[in-house]
Amino acid sequence: MTNRIDTKFEQLAAEGRGALVAYFMAGDPDLETSLALLKAMPEAGADIIELGMPFTDPMADGPAIQKAGNRALRAGQTMQKTFDMVRSFRQGNDTTPIVLMGYYNPIYSRGVETWISEARAAGVDGMIIVDLPAEEDAELCIPAVEAGLAFIRLVAPTTSEARLATVLNNTSGFVYYVSVTGITGGRTAGEDELKPALARLRAHTDLPLAVGFGIKTPKDAASAARLADASVVGTSIVARLAECLGKDDRPKPGVDVTKEVTALVAELAAGVRGARKS
Amino acid sequence: MSKQKSERPNSPERPNSYVSGPDEEGRFGIFGGRFVAETLMPLILDLEENYEAAKKDPAFKAEMDDLWTHYVGRPSPLYHAERLTAHLGGARIYLKRDELNHTGSHKANNVLGQILLARRMKRTRIIAETGAGQHGVATATFAARFGLPCVIYMGATDIERQKPNVFRMKLLGAEVVPVSSGTGTLKDAMNEALRDWVTNVEDTFYIIGTVAGPHPYPAMVRDFQSIIGKEVRTQMIEAEGRLPDTLVACIGGGSNAMGLFHPFLDDESVKMIGVEAAGRGIDKGDGHHAASLSGGRPGVLHGNRTYLLQNPDGQIIDGHSISAGLDYPGIGPEHAWLSEQGRITYVAATDTEALEAFQLCCLQEGIIPALEPAHALAHVIKHAPTLPKDHLLVMNMCGRGDKDVFTVGAALGVEIE
Repeated sequence: MTNRIDTKFEQLAAEGRGALVAYFMAGDPDLETSLALLKAMPEAGADIIELGMPFTDPMADGPAIQKAGNRALRAGQTMQKTFDMVRSFRQGNDTTPIVLMGYYNPIYSRGVETWISEARAAGVDGMIIVDLPAEEDAELCIPAVEAGLAFIRLVAPTTSEARLATVLNNTSGFVYYVSVTGITGGRTAGEDELKPALARLRAHTDLPLAVGFGIKTPKDAASAARLADASVVGTSIVARLAECLGKDDRPKPGVDVTKEVTALVAELAAGVRGARKS
Repeated sequence: MSKQKSERPNSPERPNSYVSGPDEEGRFGIFGGRFVAETLMPLILDLEENYEAAKKDPAFKAEMDDLWTHYVGRPSPLYHAERLTAHLGGARIYLKRDELNHTGSHKANNVLGQILLARRMKRTRIIAETGAGQHGVATATFAARFGLPCVIYMGATDIERQKPNVFRMKLLGAEVVPVSSGTGTLKDAMNEALRDWVTNVEDTFYIIGTVAGPHPYPAMVRDFQSIIGKEVRTQMIEAEGRLPDTLVACIGGGSNAMGLFHPFLDDESVKMIGVEAAGRGIDKGDGHHAASLSGGRPGVLHGNRTYLLQNPDGQIIDGHSISAGLDYPGIGPEHAWLSEQGRITYVAATDTEALEAFQLCCLQEGIIPALEPAHALAHVIKHAPTLPKDHLLVMNMCGRGDKDVFTVGAALGVEIE
């Protein structure tokens, strides 16, 4: 079965460029605004959408994404509403992959089998679950992959050569290289750090490689997309959205959140598209 | 795959032993595990390997024993509380005096073990989370003793209600970082400590304060705390010539209880009761109590699967208790398993009951208990009168109440200046 993620990477490889993976939080600052943003993402230049599932205790996220999750939860976002967003998006778009990113408890709470079938039915293509390392594959990874969803694994700078085989086992879609130790929105890894790390990964997998954590500017995104196969940008996008909000977490009067955020996504996309792969 | 509750088809009705866990995956039945980001995974595997090696090294044990004796002040006494016994008119009540430890609580037992491990692993920076501040004070103390820089994460709300402990930590040279994310309590402090660890992977050792977190922490903290129960066994045989009949301890994450209970788990005659914090009453609903077993359901947080306070969508709910040391929304995974096995009984005591017990203990025994063991005592007050006079009951007095006098004063409407 060919899925949207594989198709997208094949298509981009043919175009000779890397992908822009754009992250934002489902339901931030409210369902309506977030859904409008989701629908506008592909045209702004997002090749793959990573949709955050809010969680009260996001232990790998920096302040920007923590706050986004809190805003979404305060506005009443639930897993059901996140699935509804994806379903609504799919009515107008059948090609842009959507990957859900978050933490395990809201999935476990819903029941793994139920969640997988709901995700599939809604039109989700894959997932990145921060707190499920390879050691816990039996929990969600294996049943998800069996159901045709991609389980995208995080590989970290601390992942040893010996451990890579374990980590890459059962993974699909693409490999997400966490370019620095730390939380989202931290420092940016230099090309001199990225090059050897990506070379090490290439030796172990044929899957596309995405680089994330600390990618902030169009220049960072261009650099990572050229060295790897995709750049993941999250914190900058979420921070741009937060700038549009007043103290009450509502969009400031006269500010069009979708327009502001997609303007940034377009700049990032221009960077990625300008960085031709050799 | 171990999705189903503990009803595995091939497992016997009751395990042969309750002390053989965790398994190789760090599980107690379905509970426990290693639910952490990949960046941390190599670190906890390394920690496990080093801890296993340290356990087998006589030099590690010798150093720990020496400091336990000369620095912490162990063994702590097992004290027959005569007046309390007479007042309640039932079971013969003994208090395990862990509040007499250096730093004022059982937390020192675990911190000593972990800091010696940190030194063995050549880590040069210590971090910890703290709720009431007892674990933070213990960590700051041992960091000072070994000359290691130390950062303590503490919820902004807890900093406000535990000012004496914040100042203690600062006197001991620790940097206390207020955590205002989430609701500014223990679970948020733990998130922030994990964020620090995931960033400073090269030099930092994270000293978790309770029997929770990813494997090997629940087992390791339990092992270090088990000195409590091992001493009780020896001391009770000396005092009464036999094992105790009932053990009672309060439960937040559950480290003092696990320390007392674990060495007795396979002694069938010994009953064990863990007392959670019922806050304003479990029947008042979410946000009013901190009883994860009585009022929660299984979930995954802070690296392990256990019982958690959570809403129907799997979002974590803050616990409430008058005691800042008990308001964690989870419980150690081994407790979750022992509860499902029926080996330990878990009950709860309210804020009001704990306050009454607190005052009774001051007047009857001349001991100002921490609000945490006051919860255990609240259950003893209910339970002891129903037991015969030759019934030997041991309650873990796991901390002293100096830190709580302001909270108690406020609750009783007394202004302390």
